[in-house]
Amino acid sequence: AMDTDLSSQDRKDLDKFIKFFALKTVQVIVQARLGEKICTRSSSSPTGSDWFNLAIKDIPEVTHEAKKALAGQLPAVGRSMCVEISLKTSEGDSMELEIWCLEMNEKCDKEIKVSYTVYNRLSLLLKSLLAITRVTPAYRLSRKQGHEYVILYRIYFGEVQLSGLGEGFQTVRVGTVGTPVGTITLSCAYRINLAFMSTRQFERTPPIMGIIIDHFVDRPYPSSSPMHPCNYRAGEDNGAVYPSVEDSQEVCTTSFSTSPPSQCVFTVTKAHFQTPPPVVTDTLKVPVMGLAFSHQLSSSRLSYQPAALGVGSADMGYPVLFAGGLNAAHPHQLIGPGKEGGVPPVPSQPAHGTQADQEKMCTPLDGVHYSAATPSSSEDTETVSNSSEGKCGSPHDLLETIFIRKVGAFVNKPINQVTMANLDIPFAMFAPKNVELEDNDPMVNPPASPETESPLHGSLHSEGSSGSSTGNTHDDFVMIDFKPAFSKDDILPMDLGTFYREFQNPPQLSSLSIDIGAQSMAEDLDSLPEKLAVHEKNVKEFDAFVETLQ
Amino acid sequence: PLRSRCCAPSGAGPAMNCRAEVLEVSVEGRQVEEAMLAVLHTVLLHRSTGKFHYKKEGTYSIGTVGTQDVDCDFIDFAYVRVSSEELDRALRKAVGEFKDALRGSGSDGMGQISLEFYQKKKSRWPFSDECIPWELWTIKVNVVNLANEQERQICREKVGEKLCEKIINIVEVMNRHEYLPKMPTQSEVDNVFDTSLKDVQPYLYKISYQITDSLGTSVTTTMRRLIKDTLAL
Repeated sequence: AMDTDLSSQDRKDLDKFIKFFALKTVQVIVQARLGEKICTRSSSSPTGSDWFNLAIKDIPEVTHEAKKALAGQLPAVGRSMCVEISLKTSEGDSMELEIWCLEMNEKCDKEIKVSYTVYNRLSLLLKSLLAITRVTPAYRLSRKQGHEYVILYRIYFGEVQLSGLGEGFQTVRVGTVGTPVGTITLSCAYRINLAFMSTRQFERTPPIMGIIIDHFVDRPYPSSSPMHPCNYRAGEDNGAVYPSVEDSQEVCTTSFSTSPPSQCVFTVTKAHFQTPPPVVTDTLKVPVMGLAFSHQLSSSRLSYQPAALGVGSADMGYPVLFAGGLNAAHPHQLIGPGKEGGVPPVPSQPAHGTQADQEKMCTPLDGVHYSAATPSSSEDTETVSNSSEGKCGSPHDLLETIFIRKVGAFVNKPINQVTMANLDIPFAMFAPKNVELEDNDPMVNPPASPETESPLHGSLHSEGSSGSSTGNTHDDFVMIDFKPAFSKDDILPMDLGTFYREFQNPPQLSSLSIDIGAQSMAEDLDSLPEKLAVHEKNVKEFDAFVETLQ
Repeated sequence: PLRSRCCAPSGAGPAMNCRAEVLEVSVEGRQVEEAMLAVLHTVLLHRSTGKFHYKKEGTYSIGTVGTQDVDCDFIDFAYVRVSSEELDRALRKAVGEFKDALRGSGSDGMGQISLEFYQKKKSRWPFSDECIPWELWTIKVNVVNLANEQERQICREKVGEKLCEKIINIVEVMNRHEYLPKMPTQSEVDNVFDTSLKDVQPYLYKISYQITDSLGTSVTTTMRRLIKDTLAL
């Protein structure tokens, strides 16, 4: 029924926007964690392949992984696209740092123009993502990676899994865009307790089937596949193993119309070329990004899978890492490089909540052993132990059994807070107790632009009240670090902003309430005759007074 | 009813809401420039588009905005800015003047720099064009003096963390999707956007600043771009 409101062209456009938005989101996040500064050029003439009018390069592997994770679907209610960023030390300990979530909730904006407003707002959201990816703690960690640790990414699609972020993780909302089919939300949950570097904190559980490809380590094998440099200006010298970064299967040429101003003529043309699958070359030189420990890391990995790595990896062309045990909670496996070679492809599984051909990347392990939490699914165990080729049975079933539980189960919070799960706010479950409900959340329901009073011009004491009108209880003012002179924190231990918000709706004065008003009015009426008598007595004085005023 | 606005009331102008946001930072003297640039560039990243190319029948296409990472030298912080040398130069010039004014005599280290986005409304002769602001960002700065290297190191980190918060705040505001000027026709584009740059197209903006002198009074110093009509009437 919803679709009848949206023209089929709009629907197609919207789906395409969401798809490419998801792909670009992944690119921005992963590129922000590669450890180098990103620089792209502005171009005054549209090139036709710059989605959302932003120059965001496409690392083909990353696109490939993202497409694999999405498996032809789009983020929808209950099906979120997540990019997990984790850190792995040279000793093999790993830790999840961030989960970036692209979600869709049910709140539809039927009035919004797809090919114009939605498109521009998605562009704005990508800019916000560029900004926010630099301010979470993982950014600084990723800039320093190489010697003692590397930063890895994993893309999965389905239910958001936050259990690996530790206690007290924080969330930041990057932004939302309403569309006729739902509201797109982009946010990040990030670990704040980064004081972890001791190996004691990690159990050395045996590896499970999850494989994480790290793109940031020099390949110890001559048949390594290309690593994609962050700096694409240098990258062009490497020869195009992958299709040029500008290629895409769908070229976006946008035309906007201003007559009448709100209309939009949007044309999207398909470029008739394909994106060839990534190909491994033997001779490609890989630029080393100053990674001193790369070989050491490789050897520590080798200890996890001695024989297999030698065979499998050479074919696969990517050194593989194993997730540090089930505690690492990698339910939805990901990231195979999609290489041919000795790994036979596995038919896609139904995509909901799990990954399709994740099995492709599993390498047989000698004496593989699983921790006790593995469900004893005889079929799975049997498949695994019998696997003699590049197949891992159906680990996704295995993982699914383990990991599909309600998000609330991960929370050590009283039951009455579990109800927050019904809210569409991402990570609502884990929000602090005084979280606002979605309806009050100005991020989801932006308040109407208020009538502004004097916005701050020269006034240092307006408490950042950016024109919030009286009676508007939304927080229109955003931020102020206000330290009034001589303010003492111990007298009233809250900052001015909190104070203002807490007390902005004080109870009404009792004298203004009806009962007391009526009472005093009765008293007034009773005392009237008396007062009149007094005034009559003094009438001469009053008259004289009035004379003086003439 | 009396309605005060960011700039002088235009009388016959449309009833526009100029939203205003205030950010406040305490920094060391040598951090002023980078902190200001970080905030201004982050705002302008969100308020710049690619160059418009108008075609026939009133359609237009939009160029591409590139971005780049900037590392701060005196703050443990990095930010993203639009890849436009012209824009960067303009901001650096404004921030440089602000920093010099802050350092100048008569300043007690407190001041504020404002970035205002406005639209032009053409008026008939003899009246000059009106500038109608629709968004105003004010950064209040308090310059602190530190005694030793250890304090400076802590300040590097603290200011870095603070700036991270500011970026998140800015993004929150941007995400409200509140009023933005309508996309203009070709004849109107210079009333909405600054089309003088060759690679990107920010909304029309002006930067001004105020320094609080040691007496506590505000001494207004404006940039050349600040048009007098904000003070007139």
